[in-house]
Amino acid sequence: MYKVVIPGDFLSEEANRAGEGTYVDDGKVYAMKYGIMDDKEEIKVVGLAGKYVPSKGDIVIGKIVEISFPYWIVDIASPYEARLHISELAKGDERRIEFGSMNKYLYLGDLIVAKVLNVDAMMRVDLALKDEFKIGGRGRLIEISHTKVPRVIGRSGSMIKMLKEKCNCFIFIAKNGRIWIKGSDDEMNRASQVVLMIANEAHTSGLTDRVGDFLDSFKKRRG
Amino acid sequence: MMKEEIQLIKEGKRLDGRGFEELRPIKIEVGVLKRADGSCYFELGNNKVIAAVYGPREMHPRHFQDAKMAVIKYRYNMAPFSVDDRKRPGPDRRSVEISKVSREALDPVILKEYYPKTAIDVYVEVLQSDAGTRTAGINAASVALAAAGIPMKDLVSSVAVGKIDGEVVLDLNAVEDNYGEGDMPVAMVARTNTITMLQMDGRFSQEEFERGLKLAASACRTIYELQRTALLERYSESMGEGEA
Repeated sequence: MYKVVIPGDFLSEEANRAGEGTYVDDGKVYAMKYGIMDDKEEIKVVGLAGKYVPSKGDIVIGKIVEISFPYWIVDIASPYEARLHISELAKGDERRIEFGSMNKYLYLGDLIVAKVLNVDAMMRVDLALKDEFKIGGRGRLIEISHTKVPRVIGRSGSMIKMLKEKCNCFIFIAKNGRIWIKGSDDEMNRASQVVLMIANEAHTSGLTDRVGDFLDSFKKRRG
Repeated sequence: MMKEEIQLIKEGKRLDGRGFEELRPIKIEVGVLKRADGSCYFELGNNKVIAAVYGPREMHPRHFQDAKMAVIKYRYNMAPFSVDDRKRPGPDRRSVEISKVSREALDPVILKEYYPKTAIDVYVEVLQSDAGTRTAGINAASVALAAAGIPMKDLVSSVAVGKIDGEVVLDLNAVEDNYGEGDMPVAMVARTNTITMLQMDGRFSQEEFERGLKLAASACRTIYELQRTALLERYSESMGEGEA
C-alpha cells in the first residue's frame, strides 16, 4: 500500500536497491523527496509535487514563446526552455526556411507536440517534431503537475481509456503535465473537470472506480 | 541608557507560565497558498509566519545563474503590522541579515545539483512577531520546500534558547528577549544533530552554552516530529479536498 515519506526518512539498509528519489548515506537509503515510497524492484520515492525536468525521449506539449533564427524557443512547462531548429520543419522536401519567414510556419502562441531529442549538460533542450505536431482547432489545453500524469493514464492505460470512452473526447496527455482535449463543449467541460479531480485526488486509492461512478452519474443526470 | 529591570522568573515559572524547558504551542499547516509551489503556515506562540516556495524556475537575471546547481533566494520580511510600533516596510539591516543566515541554514540540506541554472525562491512573511521569528521562519520554509517537491536530504528545525535571570531557558518570548541576558537561535537537522545555524546575542558561560545547545537539540527533535506530522497528514485524509 502507499506509504508517504518525507525528506530524510530512513527507508532501507539495502543500499544496492536505492533508486530514484532516494539517496544513500553511510550505507543506508533515505528519502530525498516528499512523496510515496515504492519498493517493488528498487526502492523509489515518487514525488507528490515538483517541476518537470525534460529527459530524452519524452513527448511534451510546448508553446512557442520566441522566434530567434534559426530556432523557435518553446515553453515546455519546466524551468528549462526548449528550442526547435528550423531543419525540423524543412525536413523531407527541399524547401528552406529563410531568416524572416519563420513565423509563417510557427508563430508565437502556437502549440506543438514534440519529442525531446536531447538534453545536454548545460540543460539546453532540443526538440524534434512528431508527424502530426500542430495542435489547434476546437480544443482545450489544461495543465496539471507532471507528477500526476501517471495517475491520469492509470495502470496500463485504464484510466485514460475509460475517460476517452465515457467522455467521448480526444485526449492527449504529454509527459510535462499538459493535456489536450478535443470534443464538444459539454464533453470537454466534463473531461477537464474529471482530469482536475484525478490530479487533486491522485494520492487516494480506488480512484479509477470513483471516477467511473462519477462519470456514470453524469450520464444518468442527463439521460 | 540602562534597561529597567524586570523579574522574569517568579516561583520557578516564567512570566507566561511556562517551565524553563517548555516550548510555546506550535501549529503547522501545509499548502495554505494556492499559487505557490509549496507553502506553510507556522505558529509558535504569538509568532505567526507564512512561507512560500516558488521554483525551481528560470533564474533572472541570467548572470546570477549557476551552471552546476540551483540558486536559493530567501527573503525574510516583517509585515508593518507584525509588531507593536508600526515597522517601516521594506528591507533593513536586520532583515537582510536574517535572510542571509536563514538561507544558509537551509542550504546544506537542499540537493541543488538536481536543478542547474534555476532559482528556488523562498519568501517568509512575518505576520505577527513575538521573538523567535527567524526560527519560526526557518521551520516554515523547511516544510514549504519539502511540500514543493524540492529534493532535500532532510528537514531543518530551529529554535532559540536564552538566558533570563541567570537561568538557561528554551524559546524566549518578546519580553524575555528584551529584558533577558542572552538569546541564541539554533537551526539543525534533528536526525543527525547537524547544526546549520548558530547565533548568539549576550553572554553565556561555556557551561551555559553547552546546556543551551542540548536544550535546543531536544526541542528541535520535538519540532521535527510536528513538521513531519504536518506533512504526512496532508495526504492521509483519504478523500483529499484539494486546495482549489
